[in-house]
Amino acid sequence: MPAVKAVGLTKLFEELRAVDAIDFEIEEGECFGFLGPNGAGKSTTMRMIHCGSPLTSGKLEVLGMDVTVDSRRIKEVIGVAPQENNLDPDFTVGRNLTVYGRYFDIPKKEVAERADRLLEFMQLTEKRNEKIQEISGGMKRRLIIARAMVNEPRLLILDEPTTGLDPQARHLIWDKVRELKRKKVTVILTTHYMDEAERLCDRLVIMDHGKIILQGRPRELIDRIIGTDVVEIDTPTDELESYVKGKRWQYERTIDRLLIYTNEGQKVAAEIKEHFSLSYYLIRNATLEDVFLRSTGRGLVE
Amino acid sequence: MNILSNISWRSLALWKRNRDVFLTTWKTNFLPPFLEPILYLVAMGLGFEALIQADIVYNGQSVEYIKFLAPGLISISIMYGAFFECSYGSFVRMYYQKTFDAILATPLSLEDIIAGEILWGATKSFINATIVLGVVAVLGYAELPGLMLVPLVAFAGGFLFASLAMLFTSLVPNLDSFNYPFFLFITPMFLFSGTFFPLSVLPQWGQQLAMTLPLTHITSLARDLSYNILGVDSLVSMIYIVGMSAVVFLASVYLMKKRLVK
Repeated sequence: MPAVKAVGLTKLFEELRAVDAIDFEIEEGECFGFLGPNGAGKSTTMRMIHCGSPLTSGKLEVLGMDVTVDSRRIKEVIGVAPQENNLDPDFTVGRNLTVYGRYFDIPKKEVAERADRLLEFMQLTEKRNEKIQEISGGMKRRLIIARAMVNEPRLLILDEPTTGLDPQARHLIWDKVRELKRKKVTVILTTHYMDEAERLCDRLVIMDHGKIILQGRPRELIDRIIGTDVVEIDTPTDELESYVKGKRWQYERTIDRLLIYTNEGQKVAAEIKEHFSLSYYLIRNATLEDVFLRSTGRGLVE
Repeated sequence: MNILSNISWRSLALWKRNRDVFLTTWKTNFLPPFLEPILYLVAMGLGFEALIQADIVYNGQSVEYIKFLAPGLISISIMYGAFFECSYGSFVRMYYQKTFDAILATPLSLEDIIAGEILWGATKSFINATIVLGVVAVLGYAELPGLMLVPLVAFAGGFLFASLAMLFTSLVPNLDSFNYPFFLFITPMFLFSGTFFPLSVLPQWGQQLAMTLPLTHITSLARDLSYNILGVDSLVSMIYIVGMSAVVFLASVYLMKKRLVK
């Protein structure tokens, strides 16, 4: 049984097709990523998965249960770490966990033990009695993830878990996500950080304008869409571009750069250097970010 | 009815959340309802009583002014307790703190959340009014055994005002907009619901208008119980409170769903 199965999943906001008839399947125990520019429909999809937003049409099953019928039972066994900070400012760090556990009807003693463990797990034990307003952004994100785990979920939704965090905090959260994966918890992740997706996700989809435009394993996507290498050439001339075009290399021209996607970065660069004098160029490994920009375009999404 | 079937015992978890917040700041929460009626009784009772020589006739019973006023203070505390809680309080939790969003990801339904908020609002009225009742009773302005039932009226009336407040919370665009229901609805009731003077001094149309207001019925029930003079009017008031509560409660849950489910 897949952890999540969507068929023709659609969400309309008046005229806007926020999610446009998408299909996907998430296996149990994997880390599955949703990438895409702002407004692509990722968060709306997340909200439908955790029964926070009704479907317009299509079918959506979470852990074998239909979201339109069994929302209470689904919500009992999944955990949600939302994008925006909605910790309870009326309570301390520790009580945010115990009060949240009460919504799941977990016995008092049990919830106290879990809160201890989760504070330890997220390295927040010393902050137990602090007010929410007094802890840092990174601690808030960690507490939100800890809170999402208080019901020991089989499926955990992390909506942009590391946005706005410093590198230390990001790495700590990555460690924890990997630890969860080892415990066979299914993790659904949305993020704007391609390195994060590349590191954590077993499989991912890239969404744009409510549709899934690419899906697969990160490495496969890079190989398929970009190749192994990217040659970046600074301030290219039109002659250079037509040369590259003539060679039938895959390339893209941005405002001040020419990017050539290839499996033979060294060879391509050497060949160009024979014909043109290059002031600055760079051969680097292709990344998921290249895939993302190439598939969703470089224009700003507002 | 979908609304009713989506309400469960789980709404108590939300009620407990609000109770716990209340108890962490209990010192500041208990003092105002204790001191406020004393201030009123001193200012209006002692101050006005010097001007009001004759006793006031209420339902054929003649009472001194300060004793007439006392149940009014109880009913005012019922109104404000729940209305503040489920207007400003609920709006802040819903809009600024995103508390409802967070809880919606747990097994609670939105209906559970709203029902829990309204139950808590009713509880606030119960607590506040019972404190006022205590002060009034100690001073001898409410009589046994009737006064024992006043907390029950406080909870029922609180439920009605909590539901009314939730109705406005589902509609207002921002916190400042609560000025309208307070100015157009709460303050007139505060003054014209038989709280400070008997309705009989109003012209006929004024009396009829007052009879449509929720606070009028809560005030007269509190007064009838305080004087031990229950009658047909009290029964009418009870029916009004229960019926109105049911209608407004369902409407407020419906409108909250409309506001929050997207």
